[in-house]
Amino acid sequence: MSVKDIKDKTPPRTMPIQSATFSNPINAEIRRAAATGIYDIRGGGAKRRVPHFDDLLFLGASVSRYPLEGYREKCDTKVTLGTRFAKKPIELDIPITIAGMSFGALSGPAKEALGRGASAAGTSTTTGDGGMTPEERGHSTKLVYQYLPSRYGMNPDDLRKADAIEVVVGQGAKPGGGGMLLGQKISDRVAEMRNLPKGIDQRSACRHPDWTGPDDLEIKILELREITAWEKPIYVKVGGTRPYYDTALAVKAGADVVVLDGMQGGTAATQDVFIEHVGLPTLACIRPAVQALQDLGVHREVQLVVSGGIRTGADVAKAMALGADAVAIGTAALIALGDNDPRWESEYQKLGSTAGAYDDWHEGQDPAGITTQDAELQKRLDPIEAGRHLRNYLSVMTLEAQTIARACGHNNLHNLEPEDLCALTMEAAAMARVPLAGTEWYPGKPGF
Amino acid sequence: MMQTYDLQANGLRELNAALHAQANDTNQTSWEIVNPRGSHAVAVGLDAPIEVSVKGSTGYYTAGMNKQATVHVHGSAGPGVAENMMSGTVVVEGDASQYAGATGHGGLLVIKGNASSRCGISMKGINIVVHGNVGHMSAFMAQSGNLVVCGDAGDALGDSIYEARLFVRGSVKSLGADCIEKEMRPEHIEILRDLLDRAGSDAKPEEFKRYGSARQLYNFKIDNAY
Repeated sequence: MSVKDIKDKTPPRTMPIQSATFSNPINAEIRRAAATGIYDIRGGGAKRRVPHFDDLLFLGASVSRYPLEGYREKCDTKVTLGTRFAKKPIELDIPITIAGMSFGALSGPAKEALGRGASAAGTSTTTGDGGMTPEERGHSTKLVYQYLPSRYGMNPDDLRKADAIEVVVGQGAKPGGGGMLLGQKISDRVAEMRNLPKGIDQRSACRHPDWTGPDDLEIKILELREITAWEKPIYVKVGGTRPYYDTALAVKAGADVVVLDGMQGGTAATQDVFIEHVGLPTLACIRPAVQALQDLGVHREVQLVVSGGIRTGADVAKAMALGADAVAIGTAALIALGDNDPRWESEYQKLGSTAGAYDDWHEGQDPAGITTQDAELQKRLDPIEAGRHLRNYLSVMTLEAQTIARACGHNNLHNLEPEDLCALTMEAAAMARVPLAGTEWYPGKPGF
Repeated sequence: MMQTYDLQANGLRELNAALHAQANDTNQTSWEIVNPRGSHAVAVGLDAPIEVSVKGSTGYYTAGMNKQATVHVHGSAGPGVAENMMSGTVVVEGDASQYAGATGHGGLLVIKGNASSRCGISMKGINIVVHGNVGHMSAFMAQSGNLVVCGDAGDALGDSIYEARLFVRGSVKSLGADCIEKEMRPEHIEILRDLLDRAGSDAKPEEFKRYGSARQLYNFKIDNAY
């Protein structure tokens, strides 16, 4: 009997099957937790697959609607935020804004690049925890000043220099949670701005120190308006959890603008378990928020800005079709600047990651020089070039959204409507409240 | 020259606008506000070396974000008095509600009566002197500055404190996480003597104990998680 004969007689074996429950990533996390005794902290937003804008399609024009010429006919993109009470609303050329990201979490050149890019595109950028830097103010024609629980760097002079004030109640990556800026990123300048010693972990509180609940918030907004002579639009930013009630209460408290951030929205650092298991997908947030505004008779009077996983002009158009007045981008803006770029692959590998997956922003070793305070790494980011890239990206998103709007027969992005959309999945249909493709039905629709 | 302003008759917006219009070299240095009747946001965002005397009790955020000005409340103050103060002086003759001096960066806040919970929460350099007692969670996450309590302190004093100094003459119901009693050195006696003097208190610095951070929560360790 030859060796070949023996092999041929080996009985077939059961193929090794990986458990869907105990997958390789889950097992790796169990081993990591067992070895270290500490939970995983990372940056970014939810990485899990959730119903999203990809699950929606535009219907486009047909016999019942006629389209606008793609390149020549007007399709307005301007939006004004803060028309309810503020004496000086913000007028933006495009409905895509830059979300709040702190100096501290981001390098100085990165903040400058965001300001340059946003300003060139005619839109606003936003400060973050840690206060306003002169560079950021200087390079941002429209700057929104975040008013956060930590009040790091908060002062009335900067409040008055801002073009709008955003009272941050929560964010999509960690609704109900505070922030952390680990000691590795606390440079002399960051420490000074935050009134804390260099090198210690800086905790940002999960709730505001001097108000609790919507009745208090109303009085807090009154104070902010009095200090700024009722000039500045007041935004209220909430993480996506109970969007109907949070939106209604923000309106009751006197907000000019509601910013609603879904769970794909990023953070500089928090627990992975928080990012992946708390909050709602962005898609699920929009219709309840719009419903609240409509029920109160203030849709379009109080503007709705949606953020969390906005990547393309199609996402912009879909968010606006569902009722948003504008969107905000954070992670996408960082990628446009150069975050997670494959050209740094060898360095991502040294950090145990790979381009596209790098999320240890809190460690301050970002090879792209964006989420770091390391003096040498920061030099890798040219704020002028990076700002140009951001401007280009914003321009492309706007052109894409206009293309879709024209194809649906609209001469203004704000004329997009739910009737322009259908859903590819039952889940998306239920969340977006638009019909499943090829039907007139969505879960929960009256009469079905 | 004293300016008298009737808040009920003329409204909040006109008051704050008039106070904001005062320049550094103004000769309208003295203001008297009558009929405050618990109004919110009275004399907020001031930025001139003026003296504002409020004849009665106020609501939320009195003298919020104050710079340079001296604001004297001849009554009690609601939540968040002198919140985020940058400089100047705020004096409350009566009691103060929650969050007195919250996140303050500088200046002096004097409360002649008692202060409720979370007095000095997240303080960032302000000096606060309370002639009476303070409530629970006072000086929570206090970053820098001095909190002086001539009476007693409630539960969880100085929880998660950073570099602020806490001086308490009476009892402390309990200390918060990472807050410990510390040695009272001569430099602390001097700081305390100066603050008590400026706050009009006749308490003796030697009667106080000092509390501050054990600095065990400064860098994240799983053993510190609760």
